Amino acid sequence: MQYFQKELETMSADQKKVLQSERLVKMVKYVYENQKPYRAKMDAIKLKPDDIKSIDDIYKLPYTVKQDLRDAYPFGMMARPMRDLVRLHASSATTGKLTVAGYTQNDIDVWGECAARSLVMAGADENSVVHVAYGYGLFTGGLGMHYGVEKMGACVVPASAGNTQKQIQLITDFGADIICCTPSYIIYLAEEFEKMGLKPGVDLKLKGGVFGAEAWSENMRADIEKRLGIRACDIYGLSEIAGPGVACDCEFKSGMHFQDDHFYPEIVDVDTLEPLPYGESGELVITTLTKEGMPLLRYRTRDIASLNADPCPCGRTTIKLNKITGRSDDMLIIRGVNVFPSQIESVLLRNSDVAPHYHINVDRVNNLDTMEIVVELSPAISIDEVGHVEEIRKKLTADMASALSVSAKITLVSPGSVARSEGKAKRITDNRKL
Amino acid sequence: MIKQIAVFLENKEGRASACCKVLKDAGVNLYALSIADTKDFGIMRIITEDNAKALRALKDAGFLSSEVELVGMEVPDRAGALAELLIALGDNDINVEYMYSYAGVDGHAKIAFKTSMPEKAIEILKKQGVTLI
Repeated sequence: MQYFQKELETMSADQKKVLQSERLVKMVKYVYENQKPYRAKMDAIKLKPDDIKSIDDIYKLPYTVKQDLRDAYPFGMMARPMRDLVRLHASSATTGKLTVAGYTQNDIDVWGECAARSLVMAGADENSVVHVAYGYGLFTGGLGMHYGVEKMGACVVPASAGNTQKQIQLITDFGADIICCTPSYIIYLAEEFEKMGLKPGVDLKLKGGVFGAEAWSENMRADIEKRLGIRACDIYGLSEIAGPGVACDCEFKSGMHFQDDHFYPEIVDVDTLEPLPYGESGELVITTLTKEGMPLLRYRTRDIASLNADPCPCGRTTIKLNKITGRSDDMLIIRGVNVFPSQIESVLLRNSDVAPHYHINVDRVNNLDTMEIVVELSPAISIDEVGHVEEIRKKLTADMASALSVSAKITLVSPGSVARSEGKAKRITDNRKL
Repeated sequence: MIKQIAVFLENKEGRASACCKVLKDAGVNLYALSIADTKDFGIMRIITEDNAKALRALKDAGFLSSEVELVGMEVPDRAGALAELLIALGDNDINVEYMYSYAGVDGHAKIAFKTSMPEKAIEILKKQGVTLI
């Protein structure tokens, strides 16, 4: 199976532009008529729906931020009454109120199609057994991939998150060939497989996976692909827009194919909010083109990434989203320097003496930010001298300082002692009192 | 040569006792123990009656542990005996990375040490008339 929806995934740039323009014009009218917060935003800048004539006018539209959704809690942002909504998702309540997203049946169908396109990119077909180890619930990961698998006619194993021993039993006994989970969890599973002596290709039939909900690095991808012998695809999504499937890597991994017939991406400067050209890194902003339940205009995702329009050998013609390099809101600022956890991860993956499991402790001592990175030693190394540990620590300290442009205290700990998470990894403890 | 197990211990309360408990539960008897410690971590070096069993138990319990070969010798129980041997090694450019003693039942102190040149060290010690272990 090469594509899930060939015509839509491979349409020419001209056709795409016509489609996007038609859809945007319709969408803007729809939100103006049905979503009070947008009518207010547009009226405030004297923008009429008629002012939007094609996709090129998108920059005229107002931005939407997470706070707008919180202010409208719970249903103020819905464009349809409850009788038309078939599902509600909500994002984790780390700060204040939940962010709620409502979906109509059509929204669920479109999302399922996008998730199915993604699964095909990871190598799935109608004969596949797809193991979904994302959590099922308010979090979109589990249900999102679940509906994608059913949409494409493969067989889904709705394992949900947790209970690793049972997951392993299901993966081996049911012969899953495709797996969906977070990147940190697949690495944890790979470790468990190795401990249990389960060999890829022999005891495991896995050939591909889509991994998302966390930013991860190319080095981490190489590590997963090497350890498990699979195609590891990055998948992107967020509950406000649609869960996983908004964008996904194909086999060429030259950026995630952004399903831009439904979701239109822009990259803007984090400070000035000016749109940036392809290739430049900034905040990803998404406009929904077909959403009915809760359409969003120029939604600021807080994800930092860049776009590329390079032709893809796979034949898909979408814009591509390069790997998310961090989030503008979980980005750490240490002594004035921006630090992304993904940078730390890259350094760790290049050093075979340590494992890519870490925790960052940030504090402020005498008005100076301090950062401690707690790192696990690799279970494969042999240590009997104090000097050897010091050497590893010194090298890592130097490599980290050069990669991050700010110094960090490295603390080495035993393999397995950094807490593993089965959902989103919690890698930062910030004790600074500002 | 003597086989020693080195265990990496984080500087956290109860790690050494947790390590010893693993060995107790595995029913492994200790012949020798030495700990090298720093502010942040320690390395516990042990010689046991059954290294294979000890190593398996430690690894299963999640301790970063590995087996290392040391040169072992018996040192006569008199003043200056150890100094003479170390001087002989030093004169021949044998660097001792670390060493520790453990009690013998027969009046001889047993010494184990790590060196990057074990063969040469053994040759020199033989010339000194030392009983090697």
